[in-house]
Amino acid sequence: MKGFIRSLQVALWFMFLTFPIMVIKVDIVEKTVQWRWMNLVYVGIGSFVLSFVWRFLMEKKNKGIKAREESRDEKLSFIQKILTEPRYNRPLFLGLLLFVLVFPWMFSTYQTNIMISALLYVVLGLGLNIVVGLAGLLDLGYVAFYAVGAYAYALLNYHFHLGFWTVLPIGGLLAAIFGILLGIPVLRLRGDYLAIVTLGFGEIIRLVLENWDEFSFGPSGISNIPRPGFFGLHLTVEQATIYIYYLVVIMSLITIFVVNRLQNSRLGRAWLALREDEIACEAMGIDRMKTKLAAFALGATWAGFAGVIFAAKTTFINPASFTFMESAIILSIVVLGGMGSIPGVILAAFLMILLPEYLRAFSQYRMLLFGASMVLVMVFRPQGLIPNVRRKYLYGQKQGVR
Amino acid sequence: MDYFWDLFFSGLTRGSIYALIALGYTMVYGIIELINFAHGEIYMLGAFTGLIVAGICSVLGLSLISTLVLAIVIAMIYASAYGVTVERIAYRPLRNAPRLSPLISAIGMSIFLQNYVLLAQTSKFVPFPNLIPDFAFMQPFEDFIGPSELVIIVVTAVAMTVLTLFIKYTKIGKAMRATAQNRKMALLCGVNVDHVISMTFIIGSALAALGGVLIGSYMGQINFFIGFIAGIKAFTAAVLGGIGSIPGAVLGGLILGWTESFATGYVSSDYQDVFAFCLLVLILIFRPAGILGRTNTKKV
Amino acid sequence: MKFVSKVFSLMVCFCLVAGSVFAQDTLKIGVAGPYSGDLASYGIPTANAVKLVAKKINAKGGVLGKKVEVIAVDDQCKPELATNVATKLVSEGVVGVIGHICSGATKAALPIYKDARLVVISSASTNPALTESGEYPNFFRTIAPDDAQARLDVDFVLNRLHAKKIAIIHDKGDYGKGLAMMEKKFIEESGKAKVILFEGVTPGAIDYSAVVQKIKRNRPDVVMFGGYHPEAAKIVTTMRRKRLKVPFIAGDGVRDVSFIKVAGRYAEGVYASGPRDVSSNPEYKEALAEYQKAFHGKPGPFFENGYAAAEALLNAIEQSKSTKYEDIVKALRTKYVSTPLGKIKFDSKGDAEGVGFSVYQVRGGKFVEVK
Repeated sequence: MKGFIRSLQVALWFMFLTFPIMVIKVDIVEKTVQWRWMNLVYVGIGSFVLSFVWRFLMEKKNKGIKAREESRDEKLSFIQKILTEPRYNRPLFLGLLLFVLVFPWMFSTYQTNIMISALLYVVLGLGLNIVVGLAGLLDLGYVAFYAVGAYAYALLNYHFHLGFWTVLPIGGLLAAIFGILLGIPVLRLRGDYLAIVTLGFGEIIRLVLENWDEFSFGPSGISNIPRPGFFGLHLTVEQATIYIYYLVVIMSLITIFVVNRLQNSRLGRAWLALREDEIACEAMGIDRMKTKLAAFALGATWAGFAGVIFAAKTTFINPASFTFMESAIILSIVVLGGMGSIPGVILAAFLMILLPEYLRAFSQYRMLLFGASMVLVMVFRPQGLIPNVRRKYLYGQKQGVR
Repeated sequence: MDYFWDLFFSGLTRGSIYALIALGYTMVYGIIELINFAHGEIYMLGAFTGLIVAGICSVLGLSLISTLVLAIVIAMIYASAYGVTVERIAYRPLRNAPRLSPLISAIGMSIFLQNYVLLAQTSKFVPFPNLIPDFAFMQPFEDFIGPSELVIIVVTAVAMTVLTLFIKYTKIGKAMRATAQNRKMALLCGVNVDHVISMTFIIGSALAALGGVLIGSYMGQINFFIGFIAGIKAFTAAVLGGIGSIPGAVLGGLILGWTESFATGYVSSDYQDVFAFCLLVLILIFRPAGILGRTNTKKV
Repeated sequence: MKFVSKVFSLMVCFCLVAGSVFAQDTLKIGVAGPYSGDLASYGIPTANAVKLVAKKINAKGGVLGKKVEVIAVDDQCKPELATNVATKLVSEGVVGVIGHICSGATKAALPIYKDARLVVISSASTNPALTESGEYPNFFRTIAPDDAQARLDVDFVLNRLHAKKIAIIHDKGDYGKGLAMMEKKFIEESGKAKVILFEGVTPGAIDYSAVVQKIKRNRPDVVMFGGYHPEAAKIVTTMRRKRLKVPFIAGDGVRDVSFIKVAGRYAEGVYASGPRDVSSNPEYKEALAEYQKAFHGKPGPFFENGYAAAEALLNAIEQSKSTKYEDIVKALRTKYVSTPLGKIKFDSKGDAEGVGFSVYQVRGGKFVEVK
């Protein structure tokens, strides 16, 4: 009964709240007012039902937190257990790999194309994960490095006819250099100041590409970028798509491997330490400047690679593909997945890219649902979908020391 | 020299607009250290509510002044309601979550609200009536500054003054400052932190709605996307001035407005945003906490 | 809301139909354009037009004895999505594509259609390079390219308005900046006038008073604008409020009723070029009546172009009695088809003959053709 009244209140509140926007539509020129009362009823019923669901989930979440506090030692969730124990994860990974390998033969070119986009975002997400997840530096302009890679391929190919395989390392390198260029002035900044400067950096790169016609062909972009060559053979669109698909698969595997190794390297530990406490970190003899710059450069490299592949895949690029929204999506992938967690980032990349594609049936409501699901995932799983398991060293038999 | 003053006033107007929106950013950030990405959307919702009220008033045949007052008041009420609701749904459950989680939830909320207005209203630009009367005494100065511009500048100045006094002298203002300094300590001293945070969102959102209605009337058109660009610029202004500081937000807004205006006037409008962001980077290099921001020295 | 829900339900229908296996006896044509996002209002009219044409032809028994089936895909005007949906259309086995809407999306998707040997007829992509580069023999359009428009605008400014000093403003976009740059080129080539200001403004910025002050200081005889109507409305409003009364002339991105609605009394006297007026054409009236029966209200931009594109494609298939690429292309280039745009066929580059622009002026709250 209490819940009923509560939901009634919520419904009334939302009916009040959405009243002007949902119900009334005015035309200032024609001086007409349109009243759509039915919408109010929908909002009322909808929010009434949803408030029950909301409370139920909230209770469950709170119980979960309490249970965890009581049992003291952090229990690994079901998914984490599967992912960390070799007994379970080996067959799982093998199965996944097999599925990925046969994918283009089982589904249409369209599906393969979407899969390529999703895998590109896996690479981007893992790259940004180095900067945000591991080193704890909030970067809102990551898409700039993606643009650097894409334009590197497009322009070098246009002017010097350099092939895909030559530009791939160059694109990565250029992005890394830009990463360092961005890194140097912002070394002193912390947290959100860093965020806004990186945001500005991303915008500057996009604006320059947009305005400097002689260099980048301005907003009309560059078309007819060749797809990667395959030993000089001419490929049809379908063959090329499958070829690029495997390329991206290999690229993602390399990324996963490298990021995983990095995480457990000396440098990776230094990043984690830096994220937790800069001052203590310096006291322990870690060079703050070098470590931060390394994070920016290494993170940017992956965006550079992804950019080159992106340009080769779409065969057309213009500055409109590199807006702030893109940075926001990549950042969301990292946070939704669980900062610093590789499987989490992969899962989130697939969700963020595939969800809007398959929500196409809801065409109009697609972005609405997308925004709402971002909020809901964060509210109910603030640690991310698959939180990172922190490496612990157990000491003795019973007492775990973190 | 006339040209200089033309650009000066154009920058002043634009800067005042940024400042009005930046006040909301800075207040929220000061208290819960969250970049409230949905703030630009609250501004947009305020503008739409104002439009709807103005539309009804024009059908009813009310006078211009009463339309203006009604539109502003109702827009402010509704925007505050939205602000509080967004806080309850998207931020409050995340108060103890990792620092970036509320940021993502804010981005999600921003996408949601944009599409909500797109679906419920329209995707097109809609005309917004001019609600500010042509003052007769303004006639000689119209070349420099129009009535709408004057109103925007005056309103921003008044809003900043009232807000500063409010935070300095009222009880709730003091509670806000206490919460900003140390939330736990404030709680221990008997400050109702939830209440204070809600209050912050109410004030910030109301100011954004005020800006939304005035700017809508000044520009003559709005759509669901106006909040995004205004939001990013206002956020830049808030950081420039030192996020968390109220005079800082206004100063940051004005500096940003002038930079853009003079860059357009003397160099080229192609690169006006590049100038703005370069200035931001430069200022932050020399003053990492913004112009009026206090650098918190961290104790080890 | 009714309109939205109708479009929505139609789209769901098409998705379902596209997925079914019983689709062997139909002739599939693809439609691509933005159906969601902020540019949706430019894409939906063409999609609706194609559906209307398909319905009309199916009622008469279809083409080559087969029913026409329309597959609509959404590219949101984004190049990367355009390539995705293009491969989707190719793998669905369409015989031709009506689209895309935005030039950028069209450019990105064309190589894919070219490889798959599919005819593409756009109702809205006006970028000149699409036909003039000669790289896409499979591309056709039922709208005149931007350079024709730039030429017309420049001639109008030089010969009718006798301007000597011209300011050109653009919105930095693909369409707006492209148009502005061509106008600048044509003016400089003519040697009759000087371009004294060439500036880009950021679309969606809060106000444009600084740029307007700069225009005012340079004292041009005419202001030319490349871009869409929201920015044009803001600039014109600010100009008139600052008592800058010089003529303002823009491209077809501004010739939209929303411009007059938004700019109100300040819109009076503004020139905008746009597609030639077809409202007196009986076929157009027929198409409009069909539209109003099915969807209510006004169809929106590029409706008649989309209608003409679909009619041209289906006519070419009917006339050549084949769905082969070569035959369709040949028929498109040689056989006239009567459409809401008049009797058209395509030249060797792919531009429609008999489709052009004229200059309009806002008089008494309406666009009136300047003769």
